[in-house]
Amino acid sequence: MSAISASEKVDGFTRKSVRKAQKQRKSQGSSQYRTQSAPVELSPLPQLKDAPSTEQQELFTQKLQQCCMLFDFFDSVTDLKSKEIKRATLNELVDYVSTNRGVLVESAYPEITDMICTNIFRTLPPSDNPDFDPEEDEPTLEASWPHIQLVYEFLLRFLENPDFQPSIAKRYIDQKFVLQLLELFDSEDPRERDFLKTILHRIYGKFLGLRAFIRKQINNIFLRFIYETEHFNGVAELLEILGSIINGFALPLKSEHKQFLMKVLIPLHTAKALSLFHAQLAYCVVQFLEKDPTLTEPVIRGLLKFWPKTCSQKEVMFLGEVEEILDVIEPTQFKKIQEPLFKQISKCVANPHFQVAERALYFWNNEYILSLIEENIDKILPIMFGSLYRISKEHWNPTIVALVYNVLKTLMEMNCTLFDELTSSYKADRQREKKKEQERDELWKNLEELRLNNTTLVQNNSHGLPGVHNNNNNNNNNNNNINISSNNDTQDKSVDAAAVTSDNNDPDVSETASESTTCAK
Amino acid sequence: AAAAAAEVGGPCRADGDDSLYPIAVLIDELRNEDVQLRLNSIKKLSTIALALGVERTRTELLPFLTDTIYDEDEVLLALAEQLGNFTMLVGGPEYVHCLLPPLESLATVEETVVRDKAVESLRKISQEHSPVDLEVHFEPLVKRLASGDWFTSRTSACGLFSVCYPRVSSTVKAEIRQHFRTLCSDDTPMVRRAAASKLGEFAKVLELDYVKSDIISLFTALASDEQDSVRLLAVEACVSIATLLPQEDLETLVMPTLRQAAEDKSWRVRYMVADKFSELQKAVGPEITKNDLVPAFQNLLKDCEAEVRAAAANKVKEFCENLPEDSREQIIMTHILPCVKELVSDTNQHVKSALASVIMGLSTILGKDNTIEHLLPLFLAQLKDECPEVRLNIISNLDCVNEVIGIRQLSQSLLPAIVELAEDAKWRVRLAIIEYMPLLAGQLGVEFFDEKLNTLCMAWLIDHVYAIREAATCNLMKLVEKFGAEWAQNTIVPKVLGMANDPNYLHRMTTLFCLKLYWLLFFENTFALSEACGQDITTKQMLPVVLKMSNDQVANVRFNVAKSLQKIGPVLDSNALQAEVKPVLEKLATDTDMDVKYFAQEAISGKVFHLLSLCKKTLNDVSRILHVRYLCINELCSSLLFTVLALA
Repeated sequence: MSAISASEKVDGFTRKSVRKAQKQRKSQGSSQYRTQSAPVELSPLPQLKDAPSTEQQELFTQKLQQCCMLFDFFDSVTDLKSKEIKRATLNELVDYVSTNRGVLVESAYPEITDMICTNIFRTLPPSDNPDFDPEEDEPTLEASWPHIQLVYEFLLRFLENPDFQPSIAKRYIDQKFVLQLLELFDSEDPRERDFLKTILHRIYGKFLGLRAFIRKQINNIFLRFIYETEHFNGVAELLEILGSIINGFALPLKSEHKQFLMKVLIPLHTAKALSLFHAQLAYCVVQFLEKDPTLTEPVIRGLLKFWPKTCSQKEVMFLGEVEEILDVIEPTQFKKIQEPLFKQISKCVANPHFQVAERALYFWNNEYILSLIEENIDKILPIMFGSLYRISKEHWNPTIVALVYNVLKTLMEMNCTLFDELTSSYKADRQREKKKEQERDELWKNLEELRLNNTTLVQNNSHGLPGVHNNNNNNNNNNNNINISSNNDTQDKSVDAAAVTSDNNDPDVSETASESTTCAK
Repeated sequence: AAAAAAEVGGPCRADGDDSLYPIAVLIDELRNEDVQLRLNSIKKLSTIALALGVERTRTELLPFLTDTIYDEDEVLLALAEQLGNFTMLVGGPEYVHCLLPPLESLATVEETVVRDKAVESLRKISQEHSPVDLEVHFEPLVKRLASGDWFTSRTSACGLFSVCYPRVSSTVKAEIRQHFRTLCSDDTPMVRRAAASKLGEFAKVLELDYVKSDIISLFTALASDEQDSVRLLAVEACVSIATLLPQEDLETLVMPTLRQAAEDKSWRVRYMVADKFSELQKAVGPEITKNDLVPAFQNLLKDCEAEVRAAAANKVKEFCENLPEDSREQIIMTHILPCVKELVSDTNQHVKSALASVIMGLSTILGKDNTIEHLLPLFLAQLKDECPEVRLNIISNLDCVNEVIGIRQLSQSLLPAIVELAEDAKWRVRLAIIEYMPLLAGQLGVEFFDEKLNTLCMAWLIDHVYAIREAATCNLMKLVEKFGAEWAQNTIVPKVLGMANDPNYLHRMTTLFCLKLYWLLFFENTFALSEACGQDITTKQMLPVVLKMSNDQVANVRFNVAKSLQKIGPVLDSNALQAEVKPVLEKLATDTDMDVKYFAQEAISGKVFHLLSLCKKTLNDVSRILHVRYLCINELCSSLLFTVLALA
């Protein structure tokens, strides 16, 4: 068989690197130039610094207009001269607005924003790689970056110019402008997102009237990301901006902000790509809690609700965030969440994935957390004991076993008597759990029997409503035509039997309950 | 109905299970700490309801569920689904409105899947409401949702308007229209998206006058929304709206918006237009298609984004098929074909392979002469395309061309393409071409096949990838079915048997797999093909080879002998089974390798079961054939059973 070597055929995996290399070569995209008809050739204008001051303003405007011409950067050979002219002009403009005073006259604003809008606002192209994994794959870079970068630079200098007047600019930098700017955060090009981040931050700082709008639109982007598309490249950047916005919130927090925390930031934890923005997200959450400690309980409960079930990597991140929260928690708040939280932690330390177990066990290296645990040892030890005791014997990883021994020792030192009690009742507790398990099975078995009998009965009785019950009985259709009478006969007996078992059960249940309360004491 | 419902509830309570299953115990289960257990309990909610009886379900269970809706989304999802089927459990249609409160809460949950399920259930039970209940209970719920604070309830409301609209009074109808209008201009894009996606559905239940007065303005507004995610949903609605309107209104009411969408600055919207093109074409009718859609389609085929071109390319055949007959050929030849020609050499492989998957269909539309003159060069070009997927798509649709011009026209180019694909470095490509082999064999005929393709089929048997060897084995069997037993005896069997002595144990195993399948194939077809002699040949020729392989030095081969014998045992006659197979299996059962031992023992002990199931299968098959044959089989089965019993 021809040219392809045997090894290539055997191993499909070696090909991946080749495929990747191909992808990286052409990983440039842009749908910018396509919106315009073919560009006209540009001719260079005189330098601004050489022009007499009376003509400078006019020349500035001309240059801005010249920069509205867009070029095809896919084709690296066309319009080379014009591209170079535009690049030089943009450079000059950047320089002009950043070093000169008094250049931002009112009439220049529309020209400036027009040039910016034409250059940066565009529909982002479809991703080259439909299942783009930001962690693995190289991002598609913006092909027209040589120009766009300078436009962004210009926008930034424009906003930062000491003469910049938001009261004039707000006519042009309006809601629509911001909306389009926010859409660009989905760009795959990290350089572009970085610029956007700084720019949006400046706009948020300077345009008080746009603040609520910006927050709301970011909300919408996040909600769409969480519940609809699961895809947005700029989540980390937006969170970074939010981090500093939250920092500046006035106290007491408005309900709008609290809603944002609970309905947007906490659900963001469910995202598949959490690792890409977890650091920023955790920072935002902690900022909120530092502002208003009473939010601790809902936040922790929210995290517990969305606790990862199968993704160990995310679980480690959650544990990291919990530790950050515990670092700033107030002791009164801690008391409110200790039970549900430590139930989860106790599951984590028993996790067969050693990184999860290890991360959870590291909590015991944290002095502040340790002091909180010590204060509440009578509540926490009973929750933790079972898991710790079990894995100290069972965990496959020797590091974990060693860590667990240390933790057990620490806990024992905190309350020796309780520890001894728990050790001696461990076996009995396990047995009680097993028994409870059996009782549950029994209960469901009885319910199941009842259901079977009932459906037959119902079928039998409801001949007046044909077909209504077809949903509820799955397998009884066949039997009941033949066996109606015998089913009716047996029904009474089985219900009786159920009665007997449940009579036996009831006292046991209450007994267990009372016992468990005494254990806790 | 009420009487029946009471009766339904009656027996349960009569048996006194009030005391049996106090709701507390059941609720305890619903509150269990373990999510999985809670989930299990919720999934058996109907059982709990049944145990409680209709009255307690209404007065205790439902309030509990309504009050405590704060749980894992997975539990909520199960709950939302359950409640949709709860009508009888709360006492029938008369009481169905009891289900509204918990479902209303669920319809406001953040998680989309939960909310959608709640809406689905609400839609379901809305049908079970009487018209009065619908106005008294259901419609107020829709209104509450529509004016909820948080966007989730408003998105849910969008899906409920259309189910209650047809069955309420005209004043309520007016209110519903007003609510829908408000949601279409909601300030969160999520709600506008939900409204846009339900616009078509809502239009369908509206009176035509209101479609013209209300829906069109909403449609126009949504289609020019600032967010492309909203605009693209309006395209979907366009299909249903255009279907509803009389032809003469389309031009003024729908077409301006559709034209605008086809040239939208966002590629996502254009993509949607391309994706829905056939539906749009049907909805607007032949005249508008000729005047407007043809140029729009040309533009989409030339779009600057590959995504859009690929979506349009996918529709080429359907679009051409649905063109009005009188001008079809002319439109295709002058407008569509030039674009198609360009797409054949597109820079993007997805575009090319999308085109390749439909282009062959054009030949039936254009007829023999045009196909030979215009399409054939394109087919040939695509057969030589650098991207294997393009070539594969052409080959997989060969049957369309075969009908029009015969496959021979292509065979000159076909063969190199097949050979190249057959040796492609990606095993998935090789796998795909193998799957088309039987089809190709059928169309090219046995002579051509023997001459050109047979060697390929045999070469796949010794491929480096197991999946290919496996597919090649199955492929051989399909060829045998096509070309018959005699062909197999002459061309395949000798080569396969020859491989039994190959130095590579993987190849020796391939022999085993082939023989096993061959045997079973014969067994299944013996009666239908009336080639009873096949059994004889197989036994004489192949069994010795298999049995000899039981001495192979590689354990994998040996235990595969055991596995094969287990499969083919039933097909063998009892003498061979007793005299030859049994000793071999017994020897393997004492093998040093534990896997060999295991499979040999399986084969010995598993035989009874396998045989029985086979006999049953045969009986089923045969019951369709003549009664006489039935008796034959029956005899055979009993003799087989006898053998088994003897073996045991």
